[in-house]
Amino acid sequence: MTERDDPLWEVFVRSRRGLSHNHVGSLHAADAEMALQNARDVFTRRMEGVSIWVVPSAAITASSPEERDPFFEPAADKPYRHPTFYDIPKEVKQL
Amino acid sequence: MDGAALEREFKALIEADSRIEPRDWMPDEYRKTLVRQISQHAHSEIIGMQPEGNWITRAPSLRRKAILMAKVQDEAGHGLYLYCAAETLGVERAELIDLLNAGKQKYSSIFNYPTLTWADVGAIGWLVDGAAITNQIPLTRCSYGPYARAMVRVCKEESFHQRQGFELLYALSRGTPEQHAMAQDAVDRWWWPSVMMFGPPDGESVHTEQSMAWRIKRFSNDELRQRFVDMTVPQAEMLGLTLPDPQIRWNEDRGHYDFGECDWDELRRVIAGDGPCNRQRLAHHVQAHEEGAWVREAAAAHARKHAATASAAA
Amino acid sequence: MLRLADDCFVLSHRLAEWSSRAPTLEEDVALTNIALDLLGQARRLYEHAARLDGTGRSEDEYVFMRDERDFVNCLLVEQENGDFATTIVRELLFSTYQLGLCGALRESADATLAAVAAKAHTEVTYHVSHARQWTVRLGDGTAESHIRTQTALDALWPYTHELFESDDVTPSLVADGVAAAPAALMPEWSASIGTVLAEATLERPETTWAPSGGRRGLHTERFGYMLAEMQHLHRAHPGARW
Repeated sequence: MTERDDPLWEVFVRSRRGLSHNHVGSLHAADAEMALQNARDVFTRRMEGVSIWVVPSAAITASSPEERDPFFEPAADKPYRHPTFYDIPKEVKQL
Repeated sequence: MDGAALEREFKALIEADSRIEPRDWMPDEYRKTLVRQISQHAHSEIIGMQPEGNWITRAPSLRRKAILMAKVQDEAGHGLYLYCAAETLGVERAELIDLLNAGKQKYSSIFNYPTLTWADVGAIGWLVDGAAITNQIPLTRCSYGPYARAMVRVCKEESFHQRQGFELLYALSRGTPEQHAMAQDAVDRWWWPSVMMFGPPDGESVHTEQSMAWRIKRFSNDELRQRFVDMTVPQAEMLGLTLPDPQIRWNEDRGHYDFGECDWDELRRVIAGDGPCNRQRLAHHVQAHEEGAWVREAAAAHARKHAATASAAA
Repeated sequence: MLRLADDCFVLSHRLAEWSSRAPTLEEDVALTNIALDLLGQARRLYEHAARLDGTGRSEDEYVFMRDERDFVNCLLVEQENGDFATTIVRELLFSTYQLGLCGALRESADATLAAVAAKAHTEVTYHVSHARQWTVRLGDGTAESHIRTQTALDALWPYTHELFESDDVTPSLVADGVAAAPAALMPEWSASIGTVLAEATLERPETTWAPSGGRRGLHTERFGYMLAEMQHLHRAHPGARW
C-alpha cells in the first residue's frame, strides 16, 4: 500500500447551523465516498456535526512558514482596521 | 533564513509557550522524539482495544455491553487521531503500523496484562484510564500543536471512560459477595501495573529532561505518579475496595500520600517483551492487519478504476 | 416484535465480534457504530415486547435468560462473520430488508412500534449505504476480492428466502395493520439488491435451497455457541445486578 492508494483527507465539520465548517482532523480513505462515511463515523459520534466536508490533503495549498512575514506582517501595522482604534466619547451608545 | 536563525525562532516559540506547527522548522531530535512518543501513544490505544474487547461478547447486561462497545470504539478513534498527528511530522500510518507489527515500536506495557474476569473491565476503566488521563491532561498543552489538539479531543471523549469503570466496580463492590471478591481481585492485579504506567522513576528516565525542556512533557514521571495516587486512594475508599499496598498512608508534612516502591524489574521484563500477553497482543494485531490486506487492496483498486473512468469521461 | 428485536440483537452481537479485527481503523469504528445502532433498536423493541406480552420482563431477561429454542431471529443474522466480504454481504442482504420493513412499520397501527421503526429507518439508511458502497468496492475491486464477495453471496443467499416467509401469526397482524406482509417487501428488496450486484459486477445466485426455521426457534448449530459465550457470566450469578 502506498500513500497514493490510501490517501489522506482533511475533515471539516459544521457543528451546527449558523456556524462555518471547522477543521477537525484527518483520516485515510481510498475514495471520496469512503472518506465522507469514515468522517461521519470517526468525528461525529457525539452529535458534533450537521454537515461534513472532506478534501484530499494533497489538494490543499498552504502558505509556508518562510512566507509568514511577507504574508502577515503588513497587517500588523494597520490598527485602524479594528474598532478599538477609535476614541469615542463614553456617552455615545450603540456605536 | 539560515540554520541558526531558524533554531533561534524555534526556541523563542517554545520559550513563549507558543505552539510549533507542522510546517515550522524544528530540530531533528524534537521531530524524532515526537514521532516516537505519538506513535507509541497511538499504538497503545489500538492494542488497548484488545484487553477490554475481550469482554464485549460476554458483557453481563445490555447496558454494560453498549458502554463497553462505545468505549473500545473510542480507543480506535483515539488511535486514529494520534496516527494523524504523527503523520503531520512526515511519517505514514502504514509505516508506523509496520514498525509496531515488526516489534520495532512499543506500546504501553499495561496492555500486556490479561483481563481474566468481568471486573477487570472496571479496573481498567478506573485505574488504567485514570492513570492515562493523569498523563494526558498536561499533554493538551504540549508544544507540538497537532499532538496537543488530538489530546484535547481524546481527553474530552475519555472523560466517560474512567467514570464507567468506577461505576462498574461500585456496582460489583456493593453486589453479591462473589461480585465484591471479583472486584477486589481485579484491583489487586491492576493496581501496581497502573502505578507503573508513568514509567521509570525520574532518576532513570532517559527522555524526561529533554522532553520537559521542549515542553512536550510538563511534569516528571514521579510527579504524575504522585498525582494519580493522591487522586485514587480516596476513590478506593468510596468503592469499599483496598489497594494492595500496605505502605499507603497520608503524609501530613508532604500533603501527599506515601506509597510503596514498584517492582521495576517486572516493568523492565514486560517492556522487554516478557509480560503475560505481549506475544498474544502483537499476534492478534498482525493477524487482523494481514487479514485486512486484501480489503485495503480492493478499495484502492476500485478507487483507481473509478478515477480512470471519471477522467476518461471528462 | 420479538423477531425484529432478536434480528437486531443477534446481528449487533456478530458485528461487535469485529472489534479490534477490522481491515482499517476507520472501518473498526464504522462497524461498531452499526452494531450500536442495532443494539439500541433491539433494546427499544424488547422494552416494547415486554409491555405487549404482559410479562414485564427486562431486556436482559430476554437476551440472557432465553435458550436457543426461544430465540426467533432469522438464520441470516446468526451466520458467522467469516471474512470481511461475508460480513458486508450479510449486512447488505439484511439491512436492505430491514430498511423496507422499517419503512412499512412507520405506518404501523402500533404507535410505539411506528416510532421505533421511524428512528431505525434513519439509522438503517446509513447501514444500507455503507453495505452498498463496500459491496461495490469489493465486487469490483481486485480479482481476489471479487471471488471472495461472490463466494459470500452464494453462501448467504439461500438464507434470504426466510426473510419473506409468512406463518400462522403474520396474517392477523397484517390484517390489524400492526405488521407488514413479508412477501410484499420482496420486490423492492430484490430490485434494490439487483442494482448493487450489477454495479459490483456480481452474479445473483441461482438456488432452490431455502433453509428456514429461525422464526420457530430452529437455529444453526453455531448459534448455541454464541449464546453460551454471551450468557454464561450473567447466568453464573443469578439475580446479581451489574
